[in-house]
Amino acid sequence: MSPRVVFPNKILPYLLVAPQLAITLVFFYWPASQALRQSMLREDPFGLSSKFVWFDNFKKVLSDPNYLNSIQVTAIFSISVAAVAMGTALLLAVMAEKVVRSRGLYRTLMIWPYAVAPAIAGMLWLFLFNPSIGSLAYGLRWLGINWDPLLDGSQAMALVVAAASWKQISYNFLFFVAGLQAIPKTLIEAAAIDGAKPFKRFWTIVFPLLAPTTFFLLVVNTVYAFFDTFGIIHAVTGGGPGKATETLVYKVYNDGFVNLILGDSAAQSVILMIIVIALTAIQFRYVEKKVHYG
Amino acid sequence: MATVDLKDVRKVYPGGVEAVKGVSIAIPDKALCVLVGPSGCGKSTLLRMIAGLETISAGTCSIDGKVVNTIGPTERDIAMVFQNYALYPHMKVYDNMAYGLRNRGMPKDEVDKRVRGTAKTLELEHLLERRPRELSGGQRQRVAMGRAIVRNPKVFLFDEPLSNLDAKLRGQMRVEIKNLQRKLGVTSVYVTHDQLEAMTLADVLVVMNAGLIEQQGAPLDIYEKPSSTFVASFIGAPPMNLLPLRSGQLEGAVTLPAVADNAATLGFRPEDCEVGADDAALDGGLRLMANVAGVEPVGAESFLYCDAAGGRIVVRVPGRTEVRIGDQLPIFARREKLHFFGSDGKRV
Ligand SMILES: Nc1ncnc2c1ncn2[C@@H]1O[C@H](COP(=O)(O)OP(=O)(O)OP(=O)(O)O)[C@@H](O)[C@H]1O
Ligand SMILES: [Mg+2]
Repeated sequence: MSPRVVFPNKILPYLLVAPQLAITLVFFYWPASQALRQSMLREDPFGLSSKFVWFDNFKKVLSDPNYLNSIQVTAIFSISVAAVAMGTALLLAVMAEKVVRSRGLYRTLMIWPYAVAPAIAGMLWLFLFNPSIGSLAYGLRWLGINWDPLLDGSQAMALVVAAASWKQISYNFLFFVAGLQAIPKTLIEAAAIDGAKPFKRFWTIVFPLLAPTTFFLLVVNTVYAFFDTFGIIHAVTGGGPGKATETLVYKVYNDGFVNLILGDSAAQSVILMIIVIALTAIQFRYVEKKVHYG
Repeated sequence: MATVDLKDVRKVYPGGVEAVKGVSIAIPDKALCVLVGPSGCGKSTLLRMIAGLETISAGTCSIDGKVVNTIGPTERDIAMVFQNYALYPHMKVYDNMAYGLRNRGMPKDEVDKRVRGTAKTLELEHLLERRPRELSGGQRQRVAMGRAIVRNPKVFLFDEPLSNLDAKLRGQMRVEIKNLQRKLGVTSVYVTHDQLEAMTLADVLVVMNAGLIEQQGAPLDIYEKPSSTFVASFIGAPPMNLLPLRSGQLEGAVTLPAVADNAATLGFRPEDCEVGADDAALDGGLRLMANVAGVEPVGAESFLYCDAAGGRIVVRVPGRTEVRIGDQLPIFARREKLHFFGSDGKRV
């Protein structure tokens, strides 16, 4: 038990947390409750009146094949982004450990992509892989790949996954570097003396000891892929071709702000909110308690 | 099973620090060699070079007559006990011990037999299913020992394995390590900066200072004939009394035997001093008068801190003492118990 501060004054503690509470109320609870209310309303086509329909919007959304497609797209997108971003970051972090000279410079350079705004990152990748002017697209065609993400759904998906992962690698890299540094050198040395070759050492000692970091990043990356990739998708594919890259968040935007079906859009937001609450709960429960060695 | 031979071994770290400056040691089969010396003298560096964890900058290290300079730690067939034990925190005690055997492709039932056998020897059987964090410091130490023993390697390396234990446990483990090492007959190198551990464990004692060997040999030989003032003040507790000589004379000495011309320092151990004025026993030894500045009764013995004209000296007397601070005492040391060192600190 950590020692508790006891305030003799009864009102002071409430005053002290009041600003924080006010901000949370105005910028989170109020919009959230509005979304909840909106998700149970249905507007007439002209937006003049609305009526209360209970869970009809949810029923409609969940039985919409486009929505189910979007769930599938989101799943593929998130798993790919988490896998690519974490795998690459881990590889780079392990390699960074081996760098002897100008280690600081190497690390600084690795962190820069994180500072790039999502839309700009998207534009960057869009230009690099633009079928007509992109230099890397030229390279792909030279390799014999029929590169056209504007028409091919899986190529479009690959492109947004690459752009989204690229931005997240820096963040993961930082955590993996810190995680690797926290593993005592003598453990690796003991394993070497115990006859484990480098690859075996990595899988039997380093990787299990990184588990807390990996699990934490898994949750963070999933949340990122779900909610923070709107800018990238918007810039690179706009959800297309067809609906091949329309993730849940992108669909909320499309239905709400482009197609102006506010009730459906709000119902989708509420579903997303439930998903994010679940992810956060998992993170708190397991990262703090389960995956921890002392 | 194996000898370890170091020939003029040197280590220069990438930063330019020369940690080991040319060390040669020949450790016979089944012997326990103890490296002792002050902090930063290069003991760990030397040990890690034998383990293959550090590259050897110059010279050769051979195990069993075979030069191993270019062989990695994985293939050297040595086992090491680290100061912080370096147990794998995510593995149970059983797996910690089995890890090295499995890596070498030993069949499962053979692994099980070996692990359980070793656990029995070290009385670890009831701990096999625990993880390291669920063990006490002493138990972790035993597991670290078990992990080394179970592999039955050619050489054991210990880097201050007992320094994290309390004094009593350290004493017990010291005896146990000695017995185990005898029983298993595995050539061992043991690093410590505790001179008591060094004296009691060593078959071969190596005293190091600033990357060089000051003296090596049997512990009691080194105790009786320290080759320099450094060794004299490092081996023995409390350390040897060292008083400066001026042209063969000791300031304030009542009698002093004939001294070689080049002697610059006179040494005698606290336990070789006697209090009193027994002229018959003196027989050309050293006699001086000293003022008692402090008395430390430890129980079985007492230490008197005395100011003589030449400097502060410590005298050990058995049992209780009636001496009080401020008393003036005649101190004498027999002739054969006196040590002389030249101006370069070397024995003359
Ligand atoms: N990785 C390293 N890079 C550069 N210098 C080092 C390195 N490791 C040790 N040294 C230096 O080498 C010298 C010897 O270090 P070493 O660890 O061998 O000392 P030690 O005798 O084991 O001391 P202690 O009793 O404190 O463990 C020290 O001066 C130390 O600063
Ligand atoms: Mg050391």
